[in-house]
Amino acid sequence: MGEKKRAIWVFGDFRNYFQNRVTLQLISKAREMAGMIGGEVCVVVLGSQTAEYVSEYIAHGADKIYLTEDPRLVEYSMETYSFLMERLARREKPEIILVGATSFGREFAPHVAKRLGTGLTADCIDLDIDEKGLLVQRAPSFGGKLIAETVIPERRPQMATVRPGIFQELPHDFSRTAEIVHVPMPDNMPSDRVHIISREPSPAKEDHLEQAKIVVCGGRGMGSKKKFSRLYELAELLGGEVGATRPVVYLNWANREALVGQAGKQIRPVILFSFGISGAIQHTASIRKSCFIIAINKNPKAPIMKMADVAIVADAGQICNALINELKQRIRR
Amino acid sequence: MLKLVVCIKQVPQVSELPWDPETWHLQRELAEGMMNPACRFALEAALKIRDKIGARITAVTMGPPSAEEALREAVALGADKGILLTDRKMAGADTYTTSLTLSKVIQKIIPDFDLILCGASTIDSDTAQVGPQLAEELDIPGVAYVHELTIAGNKARIRRVADGFSETIEMELPGLVTINTTSEAPRYMSFRGFQQAFGESDIITHDAASLGLHQEWIGARGSATKIRNVYSPIAERGNLVLTGTNKKILDQLFTLFDDRIGGVVGKDLKTEKN
Repeated sequence: MGEKKRAIWVFGDFRNYFQNRVTLQLISKAREMAGMIGGEVCVVVLGSQTAEYVSEYIAHGADKIYLTEDPRLVEYSMETYSFLMERLARREKPEIILVGATSFGREFAPHVAKRLGTGLTADCIDLDIDEKGLLVQRAPSFGGKLIAETVIPERRPQMATVRPGIFQELPHDFSRTAEIVHVPMPDNMPSDRVHIISREPSPAKEDHLEQAKIVVCGGRGMGSKKKFSRLYELAELLGGEVGATRPVVYLNWANREALVGQAGKQIRPVILFSFGISGAIQHTASIRKSCFIIAINKNPKAPIMKMADVAIVADAGQICNALINELKQRIRR
Repeated sequence: MLKLVVCIKQVPQVSELPWDPETWHLQRELAEGMMNPACRFALEAALKIRDKIGARITAVTMGPPSAEEALREAVALGADKGILLTDRKMAGADTYTTSLTLSKVIQKIIPDFDLILCGASTIDSDTAQVGPQLAEELDIPGVAYVHELTIAGNKARIRRVADGFSETIEMELPGLVTINTTSEAPRYMSFRGFQQAFGESDIITHDAASLGLHQEWIGARGSATKIRNVYSPIAERGNLVLTGTNKKILDQLFTLFDDRIGGVVGKDLKTEKN
């Protein structure tokens, strides 16, 4: 028998379309890195009736699937999933475990990392392999000003959660094949101390902001809740959605659902209007996929002004009002 | 009586952060601090439980000596007691060692706790990892991103929204929750609370030695993750700068981009002149 290949694992987070996408994105990045360390890409799938996801993961680049298929896994459970993941990782000793930074992933990964006694970097926006073969994890850090580059030099596996939408998934290739390793659920499962009483799709119109072609985003530079509220009027005229920065959400000028940034939404509109936002990295990393950015800020040196296509040096609230009036006139005709 | 522990963190308030260029750690002692917003929500959730059914609340923090301010604020808001973990050897801790250190002090001082409440995430490092890892360390169940919480008997009843699902959850106690800033807004400090906090309030201090923590396990040395580099990531695009009166700015904007904006909006935005 040859020596065991160094494995990069991806957690198969399949619960809804969005999560499925981040898993595919991670498989793609894992493929690239597996090439650099001479390793293989394995996806861990825990669930019931997962055939569809397993074939998707293989078609998108998995070399191996660890599959625990059991009717008891019909719902996601933090305790059960952490237990199974720990058990499997202890047995197989992967080099790296990547988890999509969904709500579940960001809660699941720290449980697993702690159980395995290893390190974990949260919400990475880039990954790389260095000359020693270590996983380099880049994540925004400390007040949004900076990117921190982190490594896990000694403990294994090296773990990271990765923000959805950062990496490009590979195209489907349904002729690909992969080894499927069936991992039965043990009989001695610890009893779950957390019980899901009900779980329903949330009525919140979550996806609108992420899919909007036009987004009007506002920051503290709007000056007041009242002035901020005019952004809704502007968005209405433009047929767009309103986004908000974290300070604005904390000030209660906008709902939590409007948060654009780390711990909030990633947006990719065709046109982004950015009003009174200075451009902390937690925010800017989440708007980078916007095609065309028009930023309005009093401070010409604000970071957002450098990344904007059009930088308007003016009072954000005033420009918002002027733009509303101008659009009303132009649209009326 | 119910015993609640609230873990809080003092975070820097300033926009310019003092860095140690050697270790890439934040020099927290140089930064002006405030209580992390989500931690205030966690404290509020604990106070709500106490108002309803009675409880004893202990606030715990780890940080530089100045983090005592956050504890005093917690006491002023209604916590019964504060525990400050401070030790230079604890500096530069990642979430792995932070959760280990917090677990040791909780096991030592409040081993019979019923519920631990943490903020879901902090505004400085924003990992959201310490809560779940503390639950693992203490071998208790944990639920993150909670926005509604009630206690009934030996169970916590929880509501939250996660990944597009609205969930109702029952968690056995003792347990741990992390509280979102979407939960009920925190209260303000009362004058009496203020007096209490800055009079003779019940704040005790611990360091690594008093907790029996070897320095190999804590701080930067004990951390599994190592920060290798920190840099500023501003991506520059060659951009167009518009200045002047509002009218001049909008005229320029529409002259140059009326097609582009109108195309996306799906409306003709040209003036007659065009």
